[in-house]
Amino acid sequence: MSTPIGQVAKPIDSEPAPGDVAAAVRRSRLPSWVVILWANRKSRIGLIMLGLFIFVAVFAPLLATHDPKVTDFAQSLPPGGAHPLGTTASGQDILSQLVYGARTSIVVGLVAGTVVTFIALLVGLTAGYLQGWVDEVLSFLINLALVVPVLPLMITIAAYSPVRGLFLIIFVISITGWAWGARVKRAQILTLRSRDYITAARFAGEGRLRIIFAEIMPNMMSLVVAGFLGAAAGAIGAEAGLEFLGLGDPTTVSWGTMLYWANNSGAMLTGQWIWLGAPGLAIALLLSSLTLINFGVDALSNPHLRER
Amino acid sequence: MRYFVSRVMFFVLTLWAAVTLNFIIPRLQPGDPAQTMVQRLAGQSEAIDPAAIRAVQIMLGLPTGSIFEQYVDYLQAVVRGDFGISYTYFPYTVTHMIAEALPWTIVLVGVTHVLGFVIGTLLGAAAAWKRNGKFDTVVSLGSTFIGTLPFFWIALILIYVLAFTLRWFPEAGGYSGEIDPAWSWAFFGDAIYHGILPALSLLITAPIGWIMGMRNNMVHTLGEDYTRLALAKGLRQRRVALTYSARVAILPNVTGFALGLGTILGGTVMVEMIFGYPGMGKLMFDAISNRDYPLMQTIFLFTTIGVLLANLCADILYGVLDPRVRREAQT
Repeated sequence: MSTPIGQVAKPIDSEPAPGDVAAAVRRSRLPSWVVILWANRKSRIGLIMLGLFIFVAVFAPLLATHDPKVTDFAQSLPPGGAHPLGTTASGQDILSQLVYGARTSIVVGLVAGTVVTFIALLVGLTAGYLQGWVDEVLSFLINLALVVPVLPLMITIAAYSPVRGLFLIIFVISITGWAWGARVKRAQILTLRSRDYITAARFAGEGRLRIIFAEIMPNMMSLVVAGFLGAAAGAIGAEAGLEFLGLGDPTTVSWGTMLYWANNSGAMLTGQWIWLGAPGLAIALLLSSLTLINFGVDALSNPHLRER
Repeated sequence: MRYFVSRVMFFVLTLWAAVTLNFIIPRLQPGDPAQTMVQRLAGQSEAIDPAAIRAVQIMLGLPTGSIFEQYVDYLQAVVRGDFGISYTYFPYTVTHMIAEALPWTIVLVGVTHVLGFVIGTLLGAAAAWKRNGKFDTVVSLGSTFIGTLPFFWIALILIYVLAFTLRWFPEAGGYSGEIDPAWSWAFFGDAIYHGILPALSLLITAPIGWIMGMRNNMVHTLGEDYTRLALAKGLRQRRVALTYSARVAILPNVTGFALGLGTILGGTVMVEMIFGYPGMGKLMFDAISNRDYPLMQTIFLFTTIGVLLANLCADILYGVLDPRVRREAQT
């Protein structure tokens, strides 16, 4: 979380897409976005990593050896035997918790990422396309949301809520994290709306909605996808952070609550470095997979990048 | 001039919006906010502290007035600097507690933010200069991964390895119990010794954003004609890199400096809490744990105002550094 939610930190122009991707897109029966992303080496690694996480999340009940909430086992066991990663201080199987934790993170990333992207699109497109006083007001809101420190704001809102849980966390992330995406999309639509083909479409009598969604949107696909990946990553990190601070529901099984319990029940005193280390590493790997996929996203709406 | 006036206007507007947001948030919950809060406090401990009830009522205004009257009362209190009494640290006022915690956070965040900016910008410039080389690959991919590590997790691992296992640094606190806080060298040395691990936790991810920003900007400026001309003239490489490319590429990072402050402040909440470092972040965490709403609200307001001020400074600096920005505002 070293950048605002939705902002994508990646180096540019590090790798030209190899081979003739356009031809591969035509040949393949897969959806074109998969082929385009697959052609980029870094994106491919990211897709594979993300695929593994999703696999674990979907098949968690089959993969986990124990119920993650059951506290029947001996406490603070070292790794080995029936518990490959050991047990927690209250006697839960760490590996099973880790497996089920993937579910929580993926759901939060998916839902919060979608909501954040939706709000960002709505605000950004409206501001950029309508211009005038609507743009003035929305731009002020965007800039305001960008300067307010997000985590303290999330904490303040979460602390007031009478109910704690995943829904609250997703809600808090969604209403605080849209600003960056909206700003980027507004800037993009400002450059697109003055292009000749848009003017032509307007003179041809196409409606406003049709122009926005049929003419402009396809050219913004890479921005939207990059924004979604960034928002999902930001949401997953923020969820873990809020839960670690105790602002989540401590009985949910997630990587954030695992770290919360590990820190609060003295995993350091018992020397259980796996209990502390594994959830953090899992978060970092999941977020890395999203960042890696992002490397190939630029090619989605820029054919030049595919055929070079 | 127009540019600076518009920036100050933006600052005043955002300041008002932040103060108002602070007024709205407690009222978002259903029911009468003061009553709900008092009930929740009562549910927590058997004997409810009358001071707590009074503090909540002062914070939210008397429930008899209309919402508009409450808002006017609130604005007047903010202008007076009256933020009520913290009921965790009774009888101290909220402002007293914040004044005690503020210097710790300013030093911690100031040092790490500036260091992160300098290190990140230098690394990013070096990576762009030798782009697609070995150094660039290591820096780019390395920061892609390190940038995803959560602040609080880094802090936990650092405590575990450097403080708990190796015992090189203290595990918690801002200074040792034996030394009284005073303006003495012994105290400063001790405070620095305690500050190293919290600072390191923030510093590991702090440069990442700057590395990416600087590298990407400089890749652009390296392709510009004036850079090629400088190279063609036979100027020394170091001179071209620093005074031609990097000097222009650094500009967007300057605006980012103030925005990044908000992120690193978020990081300090967790890092200070983990280390028990006596700054604003820990104060905020304590306020949440004890449901000390007046204290929590005021810390949020102060943090926001701090970021807004930093943002104003960055905008003004940007206008001074880049004449194009001033000219754009005039047309």
